Amino acid sequence: MKGTIEWQIATVTALRDETSEVKTLTLSLPNWTAHRPGQHYDVRLTATDGYSAQRSYSVASEPERTGEIDLTVERIGDGEVSPYLDDTVVVGDRFEVRGPIGGYFVWDRSIDGSLLLVAGGSGVVPLMAMLRHRASAGVGTPAALLYSARTYDQIIYGAELDMLRRSDGLRLTYTLTRAQPPGWKGYARRIDDAMLREVSANLGGEVLAYVCGPTALVEVVADGLERIGLPAERIRTERFGPSGT
Amino acid sequence: MDELVLDGNAAAGALAEIYGDDMTTVLAECASCGRVDPIGGLVAFVHAPGIVLRCTACATVMIRIVQTPSRTRIDVRAKRIPPPPETAR
Ligand SMILES: Cc1cc2nc3c(=O)[nH]c(=O)nc-3n(C[C@H](O)[C@H](O)[C@H](O)COP(=O)(O)OP(=O)(O)OC[C@H]3O[C@@H](n4cnc5c(N)ncnc54)[C@H](O)[C@@H]3O)c2cc1C
Ligand SMILES: [Zn+2]
Repeated sequence: MKGTIEWQIATVTALRDETSEVKTLTLSLPNWTAHRPGQHYDVRLTATDGYSAQRSYSVASEPERTGEIDLTVERIGDGEVSPYLDDTVVVGDRFEVRGPIGGYFVWDRSIDGSLLLVAGGSGVVPLMAMLRHRASAGVGTPAALLYSARTYDQIIYGAELDMLRRSDGLRLTYTLTRAQPPGWKGYARRIDDAMLREVSANLGGEVLAYVCGPTALVEVVADGLERIGLPAERIRTERFGPSGT
Repeated sequence: MDELVLDGNAAAGALAEIYGDDMTTVLAECASCGRVDPIGGLVAFVHAPGIVLRCTACATVMIRIVQTPSRTRIDVRAKRIPPPPETAR
């Protein structure tokens, strides 16, 4: 980690729409270093008058992809930084980043046990880095993802998750809290203890849980996991900020 | 901007800037109730230009960080955490 926290200038090399409110930015980094899935970068935008704003964004890509990282950013309507990243940035733009940061909310192949991932909204981003790493490193760790989104259209990485479900043994469960497509057979409520019990049943081995998303969801899920018997030290959380999903 | 409630992990960049290394897996012991948590797992209250990290059990202030354009200052109240460099106090 030493030496990797210097600010560097990232160049945007690709942009991809994930949903109507979410975009993935591919950044090419002159001083790329391998991250551990779950880590984030700090992004700093500086205006010509010197005013600057700084926010954290999780790495979405796997460390096996060298020289560049993907950040996936949800647009917060009245936000300072996310609307800029989602609506104004074009390929070729440059801005400052530093990272990879954080050694706590991380998972990689060196960690034993099965994975229980719980995401709300854009909280799926660092968990996706873990799943992409798990797939590209070919680790057989049992893994389950419970993903809460408001509507079907707001699911990020839906097609890729479905592929991981079919080819990589990922146990994938969605709950759609606001509206469901016709014929929807999945969960349609906020995450509760019964749901956590169902998705974590028979996962096998010692379970390690990673919970990420809006602060309120993270707190409900972390408490719920303790209530259903997971020891607190096997639950890692990453709060992204306010807003309910 | 309202106060944001996040995890100690959200302060990882500022802490790395001060200590020159990742601090989120370092254990911190609450000076008032004795609870021990990795710094990355503490509760973070972010209110620019400051971040306050509190105990997960009793909410006692463990670490206080203030960032200005010219420097980052830290005030460590918890036990076990290595003392920050002179220049950041
Ligand atoms: C460690 C870490 C990793 C993160 N990773 C990601 C990521 O991968 N993708 C991503 O999209 N975001 C991520 N976030 C959230 C991100 O850092 C910003 O908080 C978010 O983009 C809003 O910034 P803004 O400048 O647009 O809004 P601000 O100008 O900061 O806020 C505008 C308004 O929105 C509210 N608000 C602030 N943050 C959020 C939020 N997260 N959700 C809803 N309302 C909010 C504020 O209270 C305020 O009222 C992460 C946060 C942390 C701490
Ligand atoms: Zn305490």
